[in-house]
Amino acid sequence: MTTPILKAAARILVALMLVVSLYLLLRGHNEPGGGFIGGLIASAAFALLAISHGAETARRALRLDPVEILALGLAAALGAGLVAALAGEAPFTGLWLFLGADGGGKGLPISTVLVFDIGVWLVVLGSVSALVLALEEKA
Amino acid sequence: MRMDLDIAQAPATRSPLPAPDPLGPAAGWALALAAAGAAGLVLWWLPAVAAGGTPGLATPWVEQLGISLAFRMDGLGMLFALLITGFAAAIAVYAGGYLKGHPHLGRFFVYLAAFTAAMLGLVLADDLILLFVFWELTTITSFLLVGFEHGSAKARRNAWQALLVTGAGGLALLAGLVLLGMAAGTMRISEIVAMEGLTADPLYPAILALLLLGAFTKSAQIPFHFWLPNAMAAPTPVSAFLHSATMVKAGVYLVARLHPALSGTEVWMWSLSIVGAATMLMAGLLAIRQTDLKLALAYTSVMALGSLMMFLGSAATVAIAAAVTFLLVHALYKAALFLVVGSIDHGTGTRELARLGGLWRTMPLTSAAAVLAAGSMAGFPPFLGFIGKELKYEGALAIAEEPWPLATAAVLSNALMVGLTLVLILRVVFGRPGNTPRTPHEVSPRLWLPPLLLAALGLLCGIAPDLVGASLVQPAVTAILGRPEVVALKLWHGVNLPLLMSVATVLIGVGVFVLHRPLAAALARVPAVADRLWDGLMDGIMRGFSALTAAMQPGSLRVYLGASFLALALPPLAWLALGGGILPLLQPSVTPDLAAIGAAVLASAGAVLAAAAKRRMTAIGGLGAVGAGIAMLFTIYGAPDVAITQLLADVLLVVMIAAVMVHLPDLTGRRTSRLRDGAIAICVGLAVMLLTLAATGPAFDRSVADAMAALSVPEAHGRNIVNVILVDFRALDTFGEIVVVGIAAVAALALIRLRPAPAAPANRENTP
Repeated sequence: MTTPILKAAARILVALMLVVSLYLLLRGHNEPGGGFIGGLIASAAFALLAISHGAETARRALRLDPVEILALGLAAALGAGLVAALAGEAPFTGLWLFLGADGGGKGLPISTVLVFDIGVWLVVLGSVSALVLALEEKA
Repeated sequence: MRMDLDIAQAPATRSPLPAPDPLGPAAGWALALAAAGAAGLVLWWLPAVAAGGTPGLATPWVEQLGISLAFRMDGLGMLFALLITGFAAAIAVYAGGYLKGHPHLGRFFVYLAAFTAAMLGLVLADDLILLFVFWELTTITSFLLVGFEHGSAKARRNAWQALLVTGAGGLALLAGLVLLGMAAGTMRISEIVAMEGLTADPLYPAILALLLLGAFTKSAQIPFHFWLPNAMAAPTPVSAFLHSATMVKAGVYLVARLHPALSGTEVWMWSLSIVGAATMLMAGLLAIRQTDLKLALAYTSVMALGSLMMFLGSAATVAIAAAVTFLLVHALYKAALFLVVGSIDHGTGTRELARLGGLWRTMPLTSAAAVLAAGSMAGFPPFLGFIGKELKYEGALAIAEEPWPLATAAVLSNALMVGLTLVLILRVVFGRPGNTPRTPHEVSPRLWLPPLLLAALGLLCGIAPDLVGASLVQPAVTAILGRPEVVALKLWHGVNLPLLMSVATVLIGVGVFVLHRPLAAALARVPAVADRLWDGLMDGIMRGFSALTAAMQPGSLRVYLGASFLALALPPLAWLALGGGILPLLQPSVTPDLAAIGAAVLASAGAVLAAAAKRRMTAIGGLGAVGAGIAMLFTIYGAPDVAITQLLADVLLVVMIAAVMVHLPDLTGRRTSRLRDGAIAICVGLAVMLLTLAATGPAFDRSVADAMAALSVPEAHGRNIVNVILVDFRALDTFGEIVVVGIAAVAALALIRLRPAPAAPANRENTP
């Protein structure tokens, strides 16, 4: 399966897929996308990397162990939920901050729900990558 | 867990004797000092309590349920508290010598301290639930102490038995206490015992049955008596403390504590006096047949508990005074005797009656303690035991209209005690020197002083009964009866019926002594039924659950999946069929357009292909077509997020299947199993389809969906409502889901990393 064509194509495809993954993650609140979908695309990207360049390369590219990514995601999601609790709201209430908002535009929206979605993204990436990489190494 | 580890490590470190615990002795002295201090505190309160005061304190605990951390010391609680703290100090001193050099000495004292605290809490608690909590704590600490020598399978088994029997009784007790709290309208014991009319409550029979079940298991009454002698697997100081002087009397304490509120009925009197008398007599006979001195003492403890229960059945002042006095007497002499047996074990290396004899030459101080304690046990004057026995006879005669059966039982069981005492004094202490494993030698002061002190107390209180009469016995009797009482203990009552009964007791006792060997041999032929039944019950439970587990966990993935899918499909199908019926659901509610029909045909064709495929690659292709068709449907009906997720999940599934493809067996299922799987699949498909139709049918309530759509932009600043629901409206649900995803991934990872067992080729067909 590791043909030179696949190897060459994978370099470009993986980068593209990761960009698309982040794009879908960030726009998810308003357009189709979000943490689940973005996480699945990122997982597919690393799966492609594992198939074309070997699981070892994919692991190095991930930097962290997939299970650590998973844990990080859970921590981020939980943290995002607890911020509201600390602020006196019910846990998991979305809190928003509009950076540079003026009369005309809403500015840059930063919110706990975005952090939560990033947590979802990390959990999906960590879970799927953990399985895919382990299976690739086993095969 | 920790205990098992220790056993496992012992051979690895190759040291047959682990190093002694360096802090153990200090822990022992600390416990002894603390307990003695607590005893001093109780004594400091004694004048106030004897005068009718009830010092106590209460803080709310679970206010919604009316449960408080309430403690209160009345005469009954004080008697027990003094026994517990005083004995704890003596036992801690003794145990430091008895277990000297034991590798887990520190642990032992921690358990012992925990038990002492729990027991103290139990007798001072003024709240039903608080009492229960301490009750269970004594059960658990007793388990730890009985199983202290955890290297021995017998100790583990007996600890387990004690835990299960008393734990089961504890459950009954909890139910009884809750019912009692409901009937009384309060959880405070002091308020409950001051109430009138609880015996007329419709809940009374249930309350009484449950409470007595708890008390009878804890205090080893027939038919739950068997655990107590087995609990003698504990180190001897523990047996002296828990299984004679304190914990096993918790049941007696409970009955005495609730006596004012629940006594006075026929069922109370008969259940307590019959069970108590039966236990008393049977345990006396069983004690005679023992060849192990410690076991013989264990059965005499059961006997004592039986007689205490019997007396508590009555409401006559003299019967209650008999119970309280005997409780004190018994605690003093029995703990002393247990400690003596422990010392004899230390000094000679055996507890077998047949091998012991003539110890007064070699172990004079231990022998002195033995004689003093045994004299009290037999009820010889001028020991406190004599007063206790006279009161017992007077009390037995005062119970019920038919006092003679109970009085006869009391005389017979006391005669058995006299016989045992004579065996102990005339054979073990005097008599011919025995054939012991070790040359008998006197033990260290830590081993002879505590029993000697306890035994001497029995003599002192007998000579000067006023020491305990007005200060300890009378307040306890007052508390049990719930009315002021005057109790005067006297050594000499004049020539009366009880004295004549005492004479009869001694005569029969001498007969028992003379006939001891043939009597013991004859009794030894009676099988230990209860213990065997217990083992049968345990075996039955284990076998039953093995069979159940084998049936539920056959280890075949097919069976698991089939069962899960059927459980998913059949209940909804049955519910729909029995409810509105299935046919109305099949009316078309939307007119599908051509694209949707095309997508449905694609998905259906894929499903048929996957089911009929002979090769795995074909089947995967078919499943891919199903996924694509469904994703198209999602797109057509305006759910792009779901469609994208579906496609991506399909892609990743293919990646994973491709990775494990070479490890999977061929699709060579038999025709019958294929048909069966197909039937299950059709059931699941039907169920999901019909459920979806039923859920989205004419009665579909759009209010939640509409509210979410309306709130999405103004409240959550998002136009993609699917995402808004996921990360905002239902964020907690999503969090739960990603936790599940994470756990599933970690679990699957563990399975993947397990080295696959070399599967036999014949089995491969069964593991798709």
